[in-house]
Amino acid sequence: MWNETVLKMIGEGILETLYMTIFSSLIAYAIGLPLGIMLVITDKDGIASFVSLNKLLGIIVNLIRSVPFIILLIAVMPVTRAIVGTTIGPNAVVVPLIIASAPYIARLVESSLKEVDQGVIEAAQSMGASPKQIILKVLIPEAKPSLIMGSAIAVITILSYSAMAGFVGGGGLGTIAINYGYYRYKTDIMLVTVAILVLIVQVFQELGARWMKRSDRRLK
Amino acid sequence: MVELIGLGKTFHNKQNQVKALEDINLSIYEGEIFGIIGLSGAGKSTLVRCINLLEMPSAGSVIFDGTDIVTLKQKELLKVRQSMGMIFQQFNLLMQRTALQNICFPLEIAGISKKEAKQRALELLDIVGLSEKANAYPAQLSGGQKQRIAIARALATNPKVLLCDEATSALDPTTTRSILSLLKEINQRTNITVIVITHEMSVIEEICNRVAIIDQSRIAEVGEVEEVFAKPKSKIARQLVFSGAGHIESFTGRHKLRIIFDGRTSFEPVIANMVLECKAPVNILFADTKDIDGKAFGQMIIQLPDDEVSRKKIYAYLQTNKIKNEEVESHVE
Repeated sequence: MWNETVLKMIGEGILETLYMTIFSSLIAYAIGLPLGIMLVITDKDGIASFVSLNKLLGIIVNLIRSVPFIILLIAVMPVTRAIVGTTIGPNAVVVPLIIASAPYIARLVESSLKEVDQGVIEAAQSMGASPKQIILKVLIPEAKPSLIMGSAIAVITILSYSAMAGFVGGGGLGTIAINYGYYRYKTDIMLVTVAILVLIVQVFQELGARWMKRSDRRLK
Repeated sequence: MVELIGLGKTFHNKQNQVKALEDINLSIYEGEIFGIIGLSGAGKSTLVRCINLLEMPSAGSVIFDGTDIVTLKQKELLKVRQSMGMIFQQFNLLMQRTALQNICFPLEIAGISKKEAKQRALELLDIVGLSEKANAYPAQLSGGQKQRIAIARALATNPKVLLCDEATSALDPTTTRSILSLLKEINQRTNITVIVITHEMSVIEEICNRVAIIDQSRIAEVGEVEEVFAKPKSKIARQLVFSGAGHIESFTGRHKLRIIFDGRTSFEPVIANMVLECKAPVNILFADTKDIDGKAFGQMIIQLPDDEVSRKKIYAYLQTNKIKNEEVESHVE
């Protein structure tokens, strides 16, 4: 049972899962971070208020967020095929992962940035800071600890989504758990893959918490 | 330096309009410390935000250094704001930056090189007396220290005007005094125009040259501080001057006299001497005086005896000793 092939398969599964999670997270942040910033600054009391755009972005974000991931996964298959050329394997899963998590990240970023004291933003404005300077020098640096904590949450959510993609042959630990544990009744392999997933979640969460603590200057 | 002409600000709610400011006309001269006082909700915070256009006035002009800044484009306005510093009640320091980096912040915005900015920030830290706290984060500083850093930060770009929005309201009396004397010192050294917003008369007394009293969105009274303090004309001015007394108007009895201490030596026992000299007893109804650097500031309300001869003696005594006084009517309003 625990021969070399199985171990090799699990090893590859771990790498595939990490690849999907980290790669998707990076791209999803590249979309979600600016989107979250837009949601904050175009808000009614934002530094570049543009209420109709804010409403529109809000609706798009809510729309995507309300579709269950497993449905989204199948619904965007044509898009996936157009971009990646296939609908199975880790590369293919990255596309729905990004589409599903970017709006989620946008909301996480939005809530982090909204924690920044309005008075500090006002102070920056009183010094003649432009909206761009306020974003880069006030909003993001001041919200950094909260953004880091949010990123740990986002990465863990993407990890669990990636495991869900196992149902459609997405690759990674999720596929192993479903193919062996569910379809072939090999409970031990399933338990091992689940244990590994739990471990990865713990590591991400712990890293996020430590990084946040180290970067926060309000606590010392 | 700063001139407000017909300034008005109306806030629109869904249902109703709130007039925060109405027809404000003020001239603030270069190099003076100008106070704006009012009760909370009078519109003073809105007023100070209209000076650097953090709030866009709905009517009127703001003339700064000869130009009406209301008409400026966004980009020019940002430039103008660099010559106006501002400090706040809650300090509003960047929590993730050290004291030094906080002071560098407005210089970075103004596009000054890192090296020059640091140099200037170190000078300013020295001016506010916190050189040893350069690398401390705001969370490690006390309220007074935070406000000193905020002052240094506001002065970094060598502004012509410093706006202080309730800058001492979150501080204890001793710290308040030290912050006020720092502001005064900076004003004297650099001739920067300082505009102080407060609800405390004591702040005005301590550092301002002139004062505007704002009540219900309008200017009720403007004048030299001593003058307004000695002879408040408007009802709101009397209320603020008598703030400690609160219910001064309810003091009953006749022949009440307000004695004003505006900086005469505190070593002289004024009231005791007067009583001994005139051989007439007086009844102290209210007293609020303090000693600043050996000088007495504040006021006292005394009730004079009914006997007219003694009263005349007291009046004469006050006049020869040049003690400012004012009759308090029995029924004010």
